[in-house]
Amino acid sequence: MEYLPNIIFAVALIAGIGFFVRNVKKLTRNIKLGRDVDVSDNKAQRWKNMAKIALGQTKMVVRPIAGIMHVIVYVGFIIINIEVLEIILDGLFGTHRLFSPLGPVYDLLIGSFEILALLVIVAVVVFWIRRNIIRIQRFIKPEMKGWPKTDGNMILYIEFVLMVLFLTMNAADFQLQQLGAEHYKQAGAFPVSQFIVPLLDGLSESSLILVERTAWWLHILGILAFLNYLYYSKHLHILLAFPNTYYGKIKPQGQFNNLESVTKEVKLMMDPDADPYAAPAEDSTAEPEKFGASDVMDLNWVQLLNAYTCTECGRCTAECPANQTGKKLSPRKIMMDTRDRLEEVGKIMDANKGEFFSDGKQLLNDYITPEELWACTTCNACVQACPVSIDPLSIIVEMRRYLVMEQSAAPTELNNMMSNIENNGAPWPYNQMDRLNWVNE
Amino acid sequence: MSEQLKVKTMQEFMAEGKQPEILFWVGSAGSFDDRAKKISRAFVKLLNKADVDFAVLGTEESSTGDVAKRAGNEFLFQMQAMMNIEVLNGYEIKRIVTCDPHSFNTLKNEYPSLGGNYDVVHHTQYLKELIDNGRLTITGDGYKGKRITFHDPCYLGRANSVFDAPRELLAKTNAELVEMKRHKKTALCCGAGGAQMFKEPEKGDMDVNVLRTKGALETNPNIIATGCPYCNTMMTDGIKAHEKEDSVTVLDVAEVLANSQGL
Ligand code: SF4
Ligand code: SF4
Repeated sequence: MEYLPNIIFAVALIAGIGFFVRNVKKLTRNIKLGRDVDVSDNKAQRWKNMAKIALGQTKMVVRPIAGIMHVIVYVGFIIINIEVLEIILDGLFGTHRLFSPLGPVYDLLIGSFEILALLVIVAVVVFWIRRNIIRIQRFIKPEMKGWPKTDGNMILYIEFVLMVLFLTMNAADFQLQQLGAEHYKQAGAFPVSQFIVPLLDGLSESSLILVERTAWWLHILGILAFLNYLYYSKHLHILLAFPNTYYGKIKPQGQFNNLESVTKEVKLMMDPDADPYAAPAEDSTAEPEKFGASDVMDLNWVQLLNAYTCTECGRCTAECPANQTGKKLSPRKIMMDTRDRLEEVGKIMDANKGEFFSDGKQLLNDYITPEELWACTTCNACVQACPVSIDPLSIIVEMRRYLVMEQSAAPTELNNMMSNIENNGAPWPYNQMDRLNWVNE
Repeated sequence: MSEQLKVKTMQEFMAEGKQPEILFWVGSAGSFDDRAKKISRAFVKLLNKADVDFAVLGTEESSTGDVAKRAGNEFLFQMQAMMNIEVLNGYEIKRIVTCDPHSFNTLKNEYPSLGGNYDVVHHTQYLKELIDNGRLTITGDGYKGKRITFHDPCYLGRANSVFDAPRELLAKTNAELVEMKRHKKTALCCGAGGAQMFKEPEKGDMDVNVLRTKGALETNPNIIATGCPYCNTMMTDGIKAHEKEDSVTVLDVAEVLANSQGL
């Protein structure tokens, strides 16, 4: 019986981590559904980007209020992990405040955790007010209805509760220390929770222990639950922001990739020696490559990673000229749609032993409409604005490619423009022979 | 307005057995669009003044394919690119200058992996270079007291991080430079990019160029300067939409410089 708490704890821990690992596996499987892309170049630059953008949060502080609040929550999250480590070890070994022999260092640690916890509570409240009372424009766009809104608030509630539990636990502990209760040795500094102590006044030692233990258990179980909530939430960015900024675009933003499959065909077409009737030599059994993207599997895995990393902050959409002028396009929605569709594909695979059977749906039309795609000016403002190096534009371009090269479904005016280029070497119907007329006009 | 410009083609250089210092890539807009042709002429006047030995391809130039690529037609883009690369490589072109940020971006960034490697500069960068080298001098106070706001073309600024050259050039005219709220990396698009120039906008509350021009007008400018023929058209239309065409003009940086020198 004595070891029951340790055993329960170990079971909870294993279950929590087990589910998490399962989710991570699903996540990697889904991301790998994307086409391969070579991102092994420029390692130094990539590490630098990750350090600056994910670790250093340089792009978050472009918007100072949200940025600073976010840095607080982020630092709080990272540092409090040291506390979580102690909790886990205490839980497993039945010890209490295992790190307390660190003495003054320990006091400093616990003291700073408490201050951070308070700051996190303040930040969370500010975030909640921004989302629900001030109703900042970018949080009330059409794509934010339903789950995305609930999710955004859920995270704030969970963080709030976790911090309050942490402080309550410390307050009860502090009081027990004062009372000289067995097991509760004098350790730690409690700059914030000491103010909660008066609320516990008059509680007997056993009630205090009950409060302390309850808060302790709920705190750690809450953390395990939160870990598993990540997969279903935009909060996944706390993990994926790191790989995502590493693999993010490092070329000039205006540079679009040149499709290699097209290069091959164009070279063949332009080669006067090529035999147009020759059978394709190698891998003639391979399916002909699809140009552009109509579903998530046609995107590359970095784009799919992007979709899972998106925090739905809407900074991209707020900067998007098309969105600002009331058009349907929202780069955030492009990312959310991609993730939703990818999840749907993943579910189909789960249900069919890992195989995908068409459900008659795809990313194009069922999620993203041509009207959205054609509204994009390719200005890169969304790419510039994204605090975690997501490139919504690359998905838009891939889907335009599909519309144009596979379906010939460009707007009529664009078709005219393209046939002008084909026939006259200019997007307008002028004669190439007149190209130098401007000199003498 | 047809004083003689000195413009030689690559073919003429070839016939003389010479190589020009640079190739001026005029671009489709600069060759055919009535407004943009004036920008090409202004730039050439400055080149002539600085005595630059430059060439154009003339009838051998063709669309870079940029707009086809942004529209999603990778085939057409690569066909155009390969044809142009054949011509450019045939003439052993090393350095290209262009007034069109879209050509600039695509020649500079997207041609290399198809076999076209050139040193590509935007005309504002090149003009700055000429001034820095002392080959071109900008004198006089023609624009003193005028307020100029510079609209960053997406494909020059945000896409390729060229922000300073155009501003430094404008400053040479002693005009007063005023920045819009959204400038440099956060500049709002003029609305023409991504092939929007060639189609009607999607349904919305407003056109992008009208919104961008509103931002420009908030700085109370006499002149909205830009460095792209498409931005030029969009901002000019924007001014008309705001009924400000009597008090505000849209000019390319090259035009501002050429005007300031009475060219
Ligand atoms: S690139 Fe397209 S989606 Fe992104 S901000 Fe510009 S117009 Fe919007
Ligand atoms: S793509 Fe980036 S900027 Fe846009 S909502 Fe997602 S995280 Fe925010």
